Amino acid sequence: MSQIPAVLADAVVYASWLFVIAVGLTLIYGVMKILNIAHGSLYALGAYSAVTLAGGWLAKGYAPLGSYAMLALAALLVGLIAGPVIERGLLRFLYAKDEIVLVLVTYALFLILEDAIKLTWGVDPMFVAEPYALLGNFEIAGLTYPTYTLVLVAAAIVVGLALWWALGFTRSGKMLLAVIHDREMSAAMGVNVGLTYFVTFTIGAFLAALGGALTAPTISVVTGMGAEVIVTAFAVVVIGGLGSLGGAALGAVIVGLVRSAAVHYQPELELFSIYLVMAAVLIARPKGLFSGAEVRKI
Amino acid sequence: MIKAMKPSRLAAAATAIVLALGAPVLMAQQKTSIKVGFVTFLSGPAAGPFGVPARQAAEAIVESLNAGKAPAPYQIKGIGGLPLELVVIDEAGGATKQVSEYRTLVQRQEVDFVIGYIGSGDCLAIAPVAEELKKLTVFFDCGTPRIFEEASYKYVFRTRPHATMDAVAATLYLLDNRPAVKRIAGINQNYAYGQDSWNDFEATIKVLKPEVEIVTSQMPKFGAGQYGAEISALAGANPDVIHSSLWGGDLEAFMLQAQPRDLFKKNILVLVAGEPYLHRLPGKIPDGTVVGARGVNAVFAADSPLKRWLTDLYKAKAGIEPNYPAYSVANAFLGVKAAWEKAAAKKVGSAIPMGANKNVKEEMEKAYAPPTQEEVIAMFEKLSFDTPSGKVQMSLGKGHQAVTGTAYGTTRFENGVVKVGNIKYYPAERVNPPEGVSSLDWIKSGFRATAK
Repeated sequence: MSQIPAVLADAVVYASWLFVIAVGLTLIYGVMKILNIAHGSLYALGAYSAVTLAGGWLAKGYAPLGSYAMLALAALLVGLIAGPVIERGLLRFLYAKDEIVLVLVTYALFLILEDAIKLTWGVDPMFVAEPYALLGNFEIAGLTYPTYTLVLVAAAIVVGLALWWALGFTRSGKMLLAVIHDREMSAAMGVNVGLTYFVTFTIGAFLAALGGALTAPTISVVTGMGAEVIVTAFAVVVIGGLGSLGGAALGAVIVGLVRSAAVHYQPELELFSIYLVMAAVLIARPKGLFSGAEVRKI
Repeated sequence: MIKAMKPSRLAAAATAIVLALGAPVLMAQQKTSIKVGFVTFLSGPAAGPFGVPARQAAEAIVESLNAGKAPAPYQIKGIGGLPLELVVIDEAGGATKQVSEYRTLVQRQEVDFVIGYIGSGDCLAIAPVAEELKKLTVFFDCGTPRIFEEASYKYVFRTRPHATMDAVAATLYLLDNRPAVKRIAGINQNYAYGQDSWNDFEATIKVLKPEVEIVTSQMPKFGAGQYGAEISALAGANPDVIHSSLWGGDLEAFMLQAQPRDLFKKNILVLVAGEPYLHRLPGKIPDGTVVGARGVNAVFAADSPLKRWLTDLYKAKAGIEPNYPAYSVANAFLGVKAAWEKAAAKKVGSAIPMGANKNVKEEMEKAYAPPTQEEVIAMFEKLSFDTPSGKVQMSLGKGHQAVTGTAYGTTRFENGVVKVGNIKYYPAERVNPPEGVSSLDWIKSGFRATAK
């Protein structure tokens, strides 16, 4: 039996998962020039909130299908609360600082949030597996996949298309692109840069939390899960080019494909595969696949 | 001219200085408690299933020992009559961080000994540092056989058997119960313990049943979380048996993702470290799964006053039955206690009888002083002591590495709980290499190699 259909199917599923997480990271970097290490914590917060809400929902004996609404609600809550609080309460005071300082600030925030998660939820792994199996299974090339994986793929496509449309075809999206291109000039032309940052960070936080919430039913939610994810997401974003949405999508697909092929053909290379791709891309294009020429500012 | 201090004053000043400097030394000699550094995962993926149960067990054991409530032969309060004081450190953060934490424990906190370490990587990193700092250090849980097979240590002990036993016994159990297996697959984490587990299992089954075929060996990274492709590869390889030493959140994620994909419908799952999950994932462990507890621990342990003692004190602390990490912690504390008290008894026994020496008081003080670290180590080597899981013999690694027997069983889901049936016990000498032979050489020789 040829393994190619399985390799492709696994690649698509993994790439979708990666894209949802990585796209928020690259969006925030593109607009705000902040490499948000705390993105991993927001992902973990999304997962923990999802387990709590969906678990609570199911424990109360409500309709199991409602647990999907709980996953979405968890992502929204984290995005709409944690995003604004972090942006208004911390980051906005530091925009004038160097990029490196902001990396350190978000790293500190990451550590604080990790401990906050431990204080709130404890260190015992938690899980709510019902939503994963609820929708039944389907088969590809003799292999069984839960229909839930299609939800993940659909979410990635919807997120990708929505961002593409919003950035390219709406007024506020175009203003955002202007801010990405030149913050000072946009501000001079009357774009409310502060508001743009606020909205961007909130959307980014929501996407991280959405990644966590959608992942929650498939895993055991444990402390430290954010650290694992941020490293992989960072690799994807670097491959695609920091700040590029298309880059994040392509990066996710490449990483998904390479990892899936490694698992199927050379399992011992799996650990190394993502970094191999990253190294190869960075040698050929040091700023990632989708990076444009950079304007030097004087 | 500088006026010279009078000789008498000078002497008084010097005495005062000497006394001031000497006071802490004198106080330290009059030992009132034993400070124990205890290192375990309090955060990260290993905290929930292993680290925190280990800490709860350590705290409860220390309380019980200090109160003199342990059964025979451990009735003496604390260790040798001195109460124990725990300094608990988080094992998370990697080997480099742990080495500096260890140095702080030994050099700043001045602990009397260290019990700790779940991660094999941490144990491998700490062992040489313990040797350098000359501090008695007891590994309670890490599994890699390499620690005492690739080096020899004076200050380092491990009171649980190494992971080779898990792999050998798992294979024996599998072949005893399902002699027809042909196609073997594995999924193990890509780090020291996962690789050792798989290598030992693969080597053992190839020796015992050379015609088996290894259809795939998956090595996801530690903490990967997503196993979609691995599950496809395992299912596609169509194995009779899937071996796994996954643990913690990784094992749970793998089980949660594999179960809906019908991965275990046509094969036997062997979970060498599966015991802690029987209660956490009752509906997700397929019937017929082969599980071990890395020794005769938990469900496999025979009833005894020590088992009841551990069960009661752990239940009072954590509200649930102790899992195997709690048993491993008990082994470590009881091992040090047995060695320490044996050393103390030996000192008293060999003290010069009264009257034979002019300074009887000094002799008696010396005899009843707590044993030195060197004296404890001398007694710890090759020690045999009782634990809640039975007899532990420090017979490998020049008397620094424990061996015990072990057991495996098969799961059955009944009335909402997972029961373990068809339990088989394997004596220590059947599943552990002899002294001086590396695990892999022993396995590859068909379990016949002896030390040259």
